[in-house]
Amino acid sequence: MSALLAADLAPFPVPSIEYSAISPLIAIFGAAVLGVLVEALLPRTARRPVQLVLTFGALAVAFGLVIWQRDTRATVLEGAVTIDGPTLFLQGTIIALAFVAALVMAERRVDVAGDDFAPRASALPGSDYERDLTRLGWLQTEVWPLLLFSIGGMVLFPASGDLLTMFIALEVLSLPLYLLTGMARRRRLLSQEASLKYFVLGAFSSALFLYGVALLYGFAGTVSLSGIAEALTDDAQQYGLVLGGTALVAIGLLFKIGASPFHQWTPDVYQGAPTSVTGFMAACTKVAAFGALLKVLFVALGGVRWDWAPMLWVIAVLTMVVGSIVAITQTDMKRMLAYSAVAQAGFVLVGVVAASPDGMAGTLVYLVAYGFASVGAFAVVTLVRDATGEATHLSQWAGLGKRSPLVAGVFALFLLAFAGIPLTSGFIGKFAVFTAGVASGAVALVVIAVVASAIAAFFYIRVILLMFFHDPAPDGPAVVVPSSMTTIAIAVTVAVTIVVGVIPQPLLALISDAGVFVR
Amino acid sequence: MTNVPWLTLVAVVPLVGAGVLALLPRGRDALAKMLALVFSLAALALAIVVTVRFDVGRAGDFQLVESHEWMPTFGIHYSLGVDGIALLLLLLTTVLVPIVVLAGWHDADANPRGSVKGFFSLILSLEAATVWVFLATDVFLFYVFFEAMLVPVYFLIGRYGGPQRSYAAVKFLLYGLFGGLIMLVAMIGLYVVSGGPGKGTFDFPTLAGLSIDPTTQKWLFAGFFIAFAIKAPLVPLHTWLPDAAAEATPGTAVLLVGVLDKVGTFAMLRYCLELFPDASRWATPLVVVLALIGIVYGALLAIGQKDLNRLIAYTSVSHFGFIALGIFAMTSRGQSGATLYMINHGFTIAGLFLIAGFLISRRGSRLIADFGGVQKVAPWLAGSFLLVGMASLALPGLSSFVSEFLVLVGTFERYRAAGIIATIGIVLAALYILLMYQRTMTGPTPEVVSDRVHDLGVRERVVIAPLLVIIVALGFVPQPLLDVINPAVDRVMTAVGTTDPPPTVPVQTAEGTTP
Repeated sequence: MSALLAADLAPFPVPSIEYSAISPLIAIFGAAVLGVLVEALLPRTARRPVQLVLTFGALAVAFGLVIWQRDTRATVLEGAVTIDGPTLFLQGTIIALAFVAALVMAERRVDVAGDDFAPRASALPGSDYERDLTRLGWLQTEVWPLLLFSIGGMVLFPASGDLLTMFIALEVLSLPLYLLTGMARRRRLLSQEASLKYFVLGAFSSALFLYGVALLYGFAGTVSLSGIAEALTDDAQQYGLVLGGTALVAIGLLFKIGASPFHQWTPDVYQGAPTSVTGFMAACTKVAAFGALLKVLFVALGGVRWDWAPMLWVIAVLTMVVGSIVAITQTDMKRMLAYSAVAQAGFVLVGVVAASPDGMAGTLVYLVAYGFASVGAFAVVTLVRDATGEATHLSQWAGLGKRSPLVAGVFALFLLAFAGIPLTSGFIGKFAVFTAGVASGAVALVVIAVVASAIAAFFYIRVILLMFFHDPAPDGPAVVVPSSMTTIAIAVTVAVTIVVGVIPQPLLALISDAGVFVR
Repeated sequence: MTNVPWLTLVAVVPLVGAGVLALLPRGRDALAKMLALVFSLAALALAIVVTVRFDVGRAGDFQLVESHEWMPTFGIHYSLGVDGIALLLLLLTTVLVPIVVLAGWHDADANPRGSVKGFFSLILSLEAATVWVFLATDVFLFYVFFEAMLVPVYFLIGRYGGPQRSYAAVKFLLYGLFGGLIMLVAMIGLYVVSGGPGKGTFDFPTLAGLSIDPTTQKWLFAGFFIAFAIKAPLVPLHTWLPDAAAEATPGTAVLLVGVLDKVGTFAMLRYCLELFPDASRWATPLVVVLALIGIVYGALLAIGQKDLNRLIAYTSVSHFGFIALGIFAMTSRGQSGATLYMINHGFTIAGLFLIAGFLISRRGSRLIADFGGVQKVAPWLAGSFLLVGMASLALPGLSSFVSEFLVLVGTFERYRAAGIIATIGIVLAALYILLMYQRTMTGPTPEVVSDRVHDLGVRERVVIAPLLVIIVALGFVPQPLLDVINPAVDRVMTAVGTTDPPPTVPVQTAEGTTP
């Protein structure tokens, strides 16, 4: 038996592993595995501090490693992973955003009962067991390794060199997110329902993605992105396979992005998930998924640009219009921000549709601007509370500007950034993608985007109006003073929103130095 | 180094003031007010320094130029420069802000929603943004502050305004944002025409030198013009103005109508005409018709108003019609008159809104019907209101007369019928001003008026006196202003490629024109 195997596998090449190029991944995944061990081996009380040190340490190290690797342009792990300028930029962005979002997750002062997560996810909602655990102050520290696995998946996602690696990254980032979504401390049934919805729809979209991969494999005979690109330059024989595969792979990714009509999960999931997780998800998932989308479209499918660009054109329009219009009708802050996220995804798609290096640069600028504002906005949402937890109904925010001018002012800043008012990061993002759009000839798309921006501005302004121009309700929620964790997170996001808005050149230069994807 | 960035300083000083005020601890209201006054006066002093250093002989060129790279990736510069037109608008802004600060001394007291320091901080940040808008010579920089100045006004109306403040503030902001976003597309289009990402530029003089194909020009012109027509405002895009001006505090209304809206007409003159000369000539008939409708319609609506503030707001709709008419008459007299009109209108509207504000705060009502016989109990107030009103209806000897006359002459030279129709506006102006005066100031004094309305106090006299002096002085000696305006207008005329029509009757000298 063994002799037989040896004979078959004799010429098996030892894969060369370029450890330095994938060192950020190793740092994150290594810490995640360690985190699982911590859960198994350490006493309960010791877990949280150790997990926090592991998580933040791993993220800081990974960020440092990304910077160390900044000049790497390489295809490693036998083509499974490609590291290049845009990939490193995306990885750095994801890690930085995750770091800030994790600070909000680590907050333990705003909720009197503990952190943002259920004391034990397996305890039945409303049971005596749950109450006892809450009284004892138990914390579910498994969230930290889950978070790290998810971040690891996100960091791998845009670095994938073939579609199979990309699929695995997709699953690694998604599965922990499904779990995290279901772990809210308050409104647990809503949270669990959201988790299940997210899981079922997510599994469905993963299947579509995989089907698309199969079709592209059928066409090209390889799942490697550069291999598919090469096959496309030859005389295309089975064009139907390419079109079907492109569409299905794109749908899988657009689901994660939350583009219409694949956005149906976002309001429920954003509302049900613990708010700190929502912030993480809204920012990091979107950056990772856009990174992967850019990579697939630009590296593998650049040859059929004229087929996918019109499709994305339609989806971008739908996403902007649906997101903006439906957001107006929302009465819940988290749902409104969810639809706002949908609309924002539509604006980012304008940069993708441009299908040019400028478009890609614009997309990256937008993602940075949106990501930080998004984490910040959700962090503010965790602070406005009444006795039952977060006060997310819009009417409860009335008069917040009088009660806590600072918090309301910060939230207004994020809303103005979402609305794309100059001197905020959001404007630079919009300007960059719109410029790329017009330069590539998509003037009609940009005009629609501008009209959608005006509609979207309406509901952002409405919230500002509510906070500042209305008198506070007598039994309104209070703004909780958070620990330094959330304070730092909000301060960082505010700083990024303003600095990128006023002095964007360093970011623009960084992105243009990053260049384009290598094949 | 002698290269002091004077222009940047004019804008930065009020911005720093806004920041200092925002950081003041609660309860230091008196200090906040003093600081606001000090910073606004410092900005005025700097504007005077700019004026002194300005070379009137080269008023058509951009002077005191500053330029630094801001976003080289997109060819965007932080570049400032001042020509004759921008200089006068800069002076208008910096003169009005201290007056508004002093006039609004008690406007934010006891406000349940916003603090006193916040009120003055917003006014100063609005001043900074406006100064930058007038001084920018990079189209992107202009756009940034064109949009950014909406935000302080939004909060000024929404937090400190009257009963309908929320509605008015949102309407104002949505109109402004919508116009701004349309302009954004056009601005990006202009950038792409100039070379696109990596090679294009936003530098105004460079862009003004481009020759753009006529069809593209028309589209880009439309994008810019709609934004400016909303800001100015031109009928039919004016409906936000009466709401915003009526609900705002008097000081905010002054800055809104007197300064902010001038950005619209200023930008039509500089950006629409110089960047898109062919399209401007193409659009002239339409704009002239809209301007005429604005003149007559605004005046008619003003006559019909029951609310003092709305009446004054509608007079502005009519006057902005005159300004737009002067700009698009495409004669040097018309454009010089329009520019002078912007300045004069700024001072007269300030007088109208502020005095009306004093009256309203005493009586506690904005309705004209609630007043009567004020001149008996408050002769100074009534007298200054009459003088400002006379300036508004362009009585000879007061400032507006010169500008209105120049606009009409300039229009008549090219569009005879339009010039004749526009004169209807003058007749109607006499009606709305005199009727307003008659209804509020003359006749029997109701008891409630004689109880509540007392004459101008010292602070209020200090506020009004400079306005009255300026209005009378500019009525008699407009020439220094015209000397500054004319070279800049000539530059615009050259860019548009039009010359004044030859006179039908030989004249000996044509003042203010160059062949």
